[in-house]
Amino acid sequence: MASLYFDVPDWQGHLAGQHVDVRLTADDGYQAERSYSIASAPEERRLALTVERLDDGEVSPYLVGELRAGDKLELRGPIGGYFVWRASEQQPLLLIGGGSGVVPLMAMLRHRALAKGSAPARLLYSSRTFADIIYREELEGLSGVGVFHTLTREKPAGWSGYTRRVDAEMLGEVAWPVAEGPVVFICGPTPFVEAAASLLVGMGYPAPSIKTERFGATGG
Amino acid sequence: MIDERKLDGNAIGGLLREVFAMEMTAARGTCAGCGAVNEVGRVHVYVHAPGTVVRCPDCEQVLMRIVRGKGRYWVEMTGIRSLEFVEG
Repeated sequence: MASLYFDVPDWQGHLAGQHVDVRLTADDGYQAERSYSIASAPEERRLALTVERLDDGEVSPYLVGELRAGDKLELRGPIGGYFVWRASEQQPLLLIGGGSGVVPLMAMLRHRALAKGSAPARLLYSSRTFADIIYREELEGLSGVGVFHTLTREKPAGWSGYTRRVDAEMLGEVAWPVAEGPVVFICGPTPFVEAAASLLVGMGYPAPSIKTERFGATGG
Repeated sequence: MIDERKLDGNAIGGLLREVFAMEMTAARGTCAGCGAVNEVGRVHVYVHAPGTVVRCPDCEQVLMRIVRGKGRYWVEMTGIRSLEFVEG
């Protein structure tokens, strides 16, 4: 896992939740392109991407292992107008992330902090192990945000968070009540996103209030 | 059984921008099969076929197929009755 920071000439600005396509071109002209969520808030000067290294990937091993400070990269974006959130929105915000699906949600939380958004916010973040938690210290320091962790593959000594997959009971404890009209963003691997979204719909949350973004099983 | 290869319309925002020359994931498409109206970000997308296959999240009918190669795009969208989006 690595966070990369870019100075982008003529960057038009972005919205929290958007992504960019990163294109690599080999000497022989072969091109590989992957999408990465933007991790930085619109208010930040540099564009941040948080990239998970996938060993069999075509792009992420280069970004995480070989890219050096000062190198140039071809970016296209920002892309996305559906999975986006603006700090001017007032409804309670519920963010549900699985693994690296937390990245666009982090952009929303950073945006909320820097733009002084007043919407109450909660994050439910599922990771395999304690060591897999991205942005752990930064999340601890966010003010006015309820952060709830769950670990699916271990239970460290002294751990006070959840230690199971997201289920209805957990959502019942974490989610804002339906009556408060929350907006929900769910991002993660496809099975994670579909499970969480179906649970919420089953609990009475209106489908249009739940926005989802699926990360594929293959990527890289 | 969930197909882990299934993505959604967010994943083809860049491709759709090449085709339509504007941001399309917030556009609303009407399925020609079941009539469901969904934002493009919500539709189901499969990119492991030759080309990209877009399906209705309500009835799974094919909405759109996009193939890019050899300097050309091939876009088939008989499964979409209409697309509504704000001026860019």
